[in-house]
Amino acid sequence: MTEYRKVYGLGAEFANAAELLHAAEKVRDAGFSKWDVHTPFPVHGMDKAMGLGKSWLSLPVLIGGTTGLLTAVALECIPSFSIYPVIVHGKPFDWRTLPAFFPIMFELTILFSAFTTISALLIMNQLPRWYHPVFNWERFSRVTDDGFFIVIEARDPKFNEAKTRELLESIGGKHVTLIHD
Amino acid sequence: MADSSSIVSLETPKELVKAPLVSNNRSLAWITDKVSSICEEKTPFWWWVAFLITSPIALVGLLCIGYQISNGVGVWGENHPAGWAWDITNFVFWIGIGHAGTLISAILFLTRQKWRTSINRASEAMTLFAVVCAAIFPGIHVGRVWYAWFLAPVPDSFGIWPNFRSPLLWDVFAVSTYFTVSVLFWYTGLIPDLGTLRDRAKSRAARYIYGIFALGWRGSNRNWRHYEMAYLILAGISTPLVLSVHSVVSFDFATSILPGWHTTIFPPYFVAGAIFGGFAMVLTILLPASLIYPQLKDLITRDHVDRMAKIILLTGSIVGYAYMMELFIAYYSGNKFEGFTFFHARFNTDGSGWYQWAYWCMMFCNVISPQIFWFKWARRNLIIVFIICQFVNMGMWFERFVIIVTSLAQDFLPSSWGHYSPSWVEVWTFVGTFGIFLSLFLLFMRFLPMIAMSEVKIVTAAADPHAYIPDSGVGASAHHPVEAESHTHQKA
Repeated sequence: MTEYRKVYGLGAEFANAAELLHAAEKVRDAGFSKWDVHTPFPVHGMDKAMGLGKSWLSLPVLIGGTTGLLTAVALECIPSFSIYPVIVHGKPFDWRTLPAFFPIMFELTILFSAFTTISALLIMNQLPRWYHPVFNWERFSRVTDDGFFIVIEARDPKFNEAKTRELLESIGGKHVTLIHD
Repeated sequence: MADSSSIVSLETPKELVKAPLVSNNRSLAWITDKVSSICEEKTPFWWWVAFLITSPIALVGLLCIGYQISNGVGVWGENHPAGWAWDITNFVFWIGIGHAGTLISAILFLTRQKWRTSINRASEAMTLFAVVCAAIFPGIHVGRVWYAWFLAPVPDSFGIWPNFRSPLLWDVFAVSTYFTVSVLFWYTGLIPDLGTLRDRAKSRAARYIYGIFALGWRGSNRNWRHYEMAYLILAGISTPLVLSVHSVVSFDFATSILPGWHTTIFPPYFVAGAIFGGFAMVLTILLPASLIYPQLKDLITRDHVDRMAKIILLTGSIVGYAYMMELFIAYYSGNKFEGFTFFHARFNTDGSGWYQWAYWCMMFCNVISPQIFWFKWARRNLIIVFIICQFVNMGMWFERFVIIVTSLAQDFLPSSWGHYSPSWVEVWTFVGTFGIFLSLFLLFMRFLPMIAMSEVKIVTAAADPHAYIPDSGVGASAHHPVEAESHTHQKA
């Protein structure tokens, strides 16, 4: 097969979590920006080693949770206080009976937060994405078992096939492979 | 005066060695292989036997439900004054069982109990299936199930909205939210493991199906970063949720004026009882599973069983305290009706109680039987633990029966009393829910990894990037389990 296939990047395999962590620090210090680390489980300290900050996923969840709370307030108060002001349980409907409305406010806050968490997680991670160039690399299937990988993308401005390969090998990367799209 | 060193030893005490969470220093690949192989191997013979027992039972339950829906609730033994009986007993029983899964996945996560990692997946699955069984009963007990949508706050042509101040409506919101959030939490945890099954799949069909649900997971650290935050948030919101669900269920009773129901102690008492019964059910399922799959014994160790037994002891004692406190308040309040319910109808001091056998059964199973867990030998003996768990399962069902039926059958006026006994339809519907529960769990064991592999890997010594000594093979740091433990990554 001689068809032209675009180069996605260079991948390297590491023996264990510790080696990967130190290698990631070196890739970070080399100034790469379009690269990623792939592990079977989240490695402690890897965010820092990659130069990533804290996840901001909590922000959309805060917005989602607040929306849930306000939805519940509207859902309960508009019918109960204005459209159908029917006295039941012998209880009047004013601010003093508000505690009886709390459980549903709480539940909808939680429900909306949970949905926002999942949607934000998928959107921020750009998932689902069933095709990805890294899956073309045979060794990569061990990433969900016990494989530890670093992949530097070709679109990174500092990417240079020969030099990047040298870097990956110098920091202990094994099986350095060119990954095609 | 004696030399001070004879009183206060200046020697450095021996360092306490914490037992590793995964025994025998297993490697990452070992964990992947042993857990995944359960769903990859040929369907074992025992599975077919088990499934051929549970699925007809489930079918009987479904037929009873169909019979009840087509004939009306009159086919049940319920009548005035016991308008709630086995239906709501079963509902509270099953929903309570669900609580252990969420406790393990959320509360034990926030409190950093790392031993949870090997049992959380199966417990969460158990939660979902228990809530499925629970949701059947309020759905069908309304009689005309095709009007069940009346529960939802939709603008309808009658201009009537559900009463937002009714605990029954709170229940609708609480249970549906609980189920939805539990599904989302469970699925989030499954994504990396579905990726494992996808990457190991031999057949094209399996690779496709697992691949679709794995959403293209590739273990990227840029993904793990958000994933861990999402997991933390889900644990954070599930913690108050799990405490709220059974509190809301208890409000169904506590906000009424019936003696035996009208009690402020109900919310904490119900939550403790739910966790108590839930852990018993987790062990009821996990002990046989670890017997069938002996390779899991390095993951689900005696220490896990020991810890769960301790939780059963703690929550069982809280429940026992609540029973005592109910009796005390019935006496101390001087309320005649409350006193009658507790001392006559339940405790049966003068022979006028109809269901005292249920009360004493509950007392023995829930309060007395778990006290054996004060002894370590009992907590570590799998047969004793299994037997006590069966007592707890039974006792928690009787607790709900006692609360619901004794209070309703003999309330304020003797002229309005009425005996209750279940009809065959009720009995078989309840038996049928066990069939549904166990069949769903068997299917889960067959097709999904019952241990959260990616989470268990985190607690192994091999996963620790700091205590690891290079060039000495995977898991070299296991000689210092304490050190490895303290450094091991916690998702947070």
